[in-house]
Amino acid sequence: MTITGTEAAGAPLLAVDSLSKRFGGFVALQGISIAVNRGERIGLIGPNGSGKSTLVNCICGTLRNEAGSVSFDGQALDGTNAHQRTRRGLSRTFQLPRPFASLSLLDNLRIPLLYAVAARGPGRSGSAIEERCVELLREVGLDSKAKRLPRELTQVEMRKLELARAMAAEPKLLIADESMAGLTHSEVEEILNLLMRLNAQGVTVILIEHIMRAVMSFSQRLVVLVSGHKIADGQPNAVMRDPEVERAYLGQ
Amino acid sequence: MIFSFDLLINAVISGILIGAFYAAVTSGITLSFGILDIVNIAHPAFIILGSYVAYIVNATFGLDPIITAILATPAFYALGSAIYQIYFVSFERRGQESMRGLAFFFGLLFITEVTLVLYFGVDYRYVEAPYIGPTLHFASLDIPMRILVPSLVSLLLIAVLQLFLTRTFVGRAIMAVAQDQLALRLLAVDPIRIKRIAFGISIATASLAGAFLIIIQPVEPSVGREYIGRVFAICVLGGMGSLPGTVIAAMLVGIVESLTATFYGPSWAPAVSFGFLLLTLAVRPAGLLGR
Amino acid sequence: MRTPVFFVICLIVGAAVYGAAVALGNDYYFFAGYVVLQYIVLATAWNILGGYCGYVNFGSAAFFALGAYSTVAMHRIYPVPIPILVAIGGVVSGAVGFAMGYLTLRLRGAFFAIATLALAVVLQTLIVNWDFVGGSRGAYIVRPESIPPFGSYIKYLFFIMILLAVGAITIARLIERSRLGYGFATIRDDELAAEATGVPTLRLKLIATTISGGLMGMAGAPFPYYIGFLQPSSAFGLDYAVNSIAMPLIGGTTSWVGPLIGAILLGSLQQIATVTISSAVNLLIVGFLLVGFVIAAPNGIIGLVKFERRPPRRTNGKQVSADALGPAP
Repeated sequence: MTITGTEAAGAPLLAVDSLSKRFGGFVALQGISIAVNRGERIGLIGPNGSGKSTLVNCICGTLRNEAGSVSFDGQALDGTNAHQRTRRGLSRTFQLPRPFASLSLLDNLRIPLLYAVAARGPGRSGSAIEERCVELLREVGLDSKAKRLPRELTQVEMRKLELARAMAAEPKLLIADESMAGLTHSEVEEILNLLMRLNAQGVTVILIEHIMRAVMSFSQRLVVLVSGHKIADGQPNAVMRDPEVERAYLGQ
Repeated sequence: MIFSFDLLINAVISGILIGAFYAAVTSGITLSFGILDIVNIAHPAFIILGSYVAYIVNATFGLDPIITAILATPAFYALGSAIYQIYFVSFERRGQESMRGLAFFFGLLFITEVTLVLYFGVDYRYVEAPYIGPTLHFASLDIPMRILVPSLVSLLLIAVLQLFLTRTFVGRAIMAVAQDQLALRLLAVDPIRIKRIAFGISIATASLAGAFLIIIQPVEPSVGREYIGRVFAICVLGGMGSLPGTVIAAMLVGIVESLTATFYGPSWAPAVSFGFLLLTLAVRPAGLLGR
Repeated sequence: MRTPVFFVICLIVGAAVYGAAVALGNDYYFFAGYVVLQYIVLATAWNILGGYCGYVNFGSAAFFALGAYSTVAMHRIYPVPIPILVAIGGVVSGAVGFAMGYLTLRLRGAFFAIATLALAVVLQTLIVNWDFVGGSRGAYIVRPESIPPFGSYIKYLFFIMILLAVGAITIARLIERSRLGYGFATIRDDELAAEATGVPTLRLKLIATTISGGLMGMAGAPFPYYIGFLQPSSAFGLDYAVNSIAMPLIGGTTSWVGPLIGAILLGSLQQIATVTISSAVNLLIVGFLLVGFVIAAPNGIIGLVKFERRPPRRTNGKQVSADALGPAP
């Protein structure tokens, strides 16, 4: 049973329509349709292997979907590269952080500013870019390690760097892919507050997580993916009470 | 360009036979690159090494080159294992396999070839055996024995390898190691050991391929270089980790090369397989049988 | 140090080198020095694609030979001065670099590397079969006796090569410090993440192959005049392929300094060795050095030196290379 989400005024920011993706004989995603409105906080949950990261990869252009379409901010994304989508305002973190190993934290953040942001309009000067990088590092609490290399970071710090780098691209929509895995209670709170602040500034956020407490408190809307199918989409409490969701996901 | 049906048939048959030999040469790459994802561009140099081993033993003791090669396989296997160990410790483990690993193998290629030049000089070497010389005649077909024998043994080698990979535990572990190292570990199998065995076998095939080569044609140290592009072209065209695919692709390349050499002249032949490679990479990186 | 200042300093150093060669009195030093300078250009060019972007090119000889054979072809059509030949060589090789990049750069680095090998053989086969430039028989280029104000022609060639070397190093350093350099580094580190962060990886890789190929072609353009008789086997020689890889890897791939050090050291050693020992042993040593360094000293000579002191902390954050050199102490 699918519960459709409430519709904000105007067209959705992100519209995924009947998206399908297969790997050889294995169907990873089947006919996924989701509409994300400007300013929303969406939670995307599902068991391991349900296709969440594949969906993110298809939306962001890292993978090509066989069927269906994705449109963002009124423009169709089909056929565009990942970097083009990032330039249009779509940003994501990776489940396993992928920092640029030979660049300092500061330089890691410089990249999206130099490439994604600069492509949109008159760029900042070199020193303004540097300031912005420091500012971003400060927001995630990593400014003291600005000149260090990623290999010197702890797991938590790497996830924060990953988020900061996604934020540096000044996205309209940020997809946070399991940014909280393995964190302590207070660390999870930190990341949640960060994402809330971001949302308050106008960034639409899709949060993919297994930590139910975090997802429930964060999301205005919950989407559930199981074995490549969307089985629920609506108000978090209502979705959690949906018997199909209970059976497919929580019952495990 | 004189076209005659006889010429055409002979070129095609010759191409098929040479193709079988190419498949044996490529089988090592199918293992190391197709399955293990290691870009061992030094493989042809080991083949040439195999040729020279066959040559020395044949010149000194008169022993048949194929027998020599079979006897030499343990040594080549050990060499392969050692090289993999160095490769693993220096590059794979550090995650730097792409650039530096390539440079490593390139260095090995170089060292092997130059050492052979220093030791044997640049003269062409050849072996003697009862089947080198006679030619079979069927109607308008002329099949030199020195090509037929290595071709048939090549096919035998591929068949043995395929049986090993699909029927034995170690063989299947090798096929699996490319895809799921974790599963292997859960079965208490050390993936590194499996890769080392696979790479060892890969170099061991070079011993046999080298013997086949020196039976078919005289060899000097730089002959290996024209095989670099050929083996990777065939491996990619054949779908990477597939031995049957390798055989089909190898015969295809063999036939096209043979036709080119017959009707356009032998100086164009090296470009054929390389041209194949560029085309394959540009158009269909997954090869003919796909992956 | 701003780029124009660096460029001028390099020119001054180049002039000093020229002066020193003149002072030594023997034309031999010009012949030997030409080869070393040629390798500075080749190694620096290779490193732009190999060291900065992480894409290995085994076909350096092909781009070098294209430059040389463009000169031969032009010579048959209409003789033009060497600087123009250099430009033509650069354009031809750059175009081929672009085309090959377009065919293969969408694939993994390993496939690109193999494709460069393939390209070298295809190109050599084409040249060997092209009688207009002499084919396998070779082509003679008559080197003029002398040319004012340099005196012997080799001094003129040496001078040209100094300019090319200075140009190559300046370009490499400029790239390193620019936005392009950051982009290249992300391609080397994690191409997937680079794309996701907004870096147009294909475009940057094409830029790298074009610049790299173009510089190699420029290095090859004066070669027929240097050698007098050009055969495919010498233009496509294996020593070019090995050296253009070994020199940056031994010197250090993360900055323009590495290829320079590698070229000067290895190039000079080889020039000395060719006189005393055979060229085969020469190349064998290069092979062993390459393998040894790649295993034991992955960051090259620069990396070895850096281990002995802390890397300098740059406060303006513009130096990618400082942060990228080797592990932090």
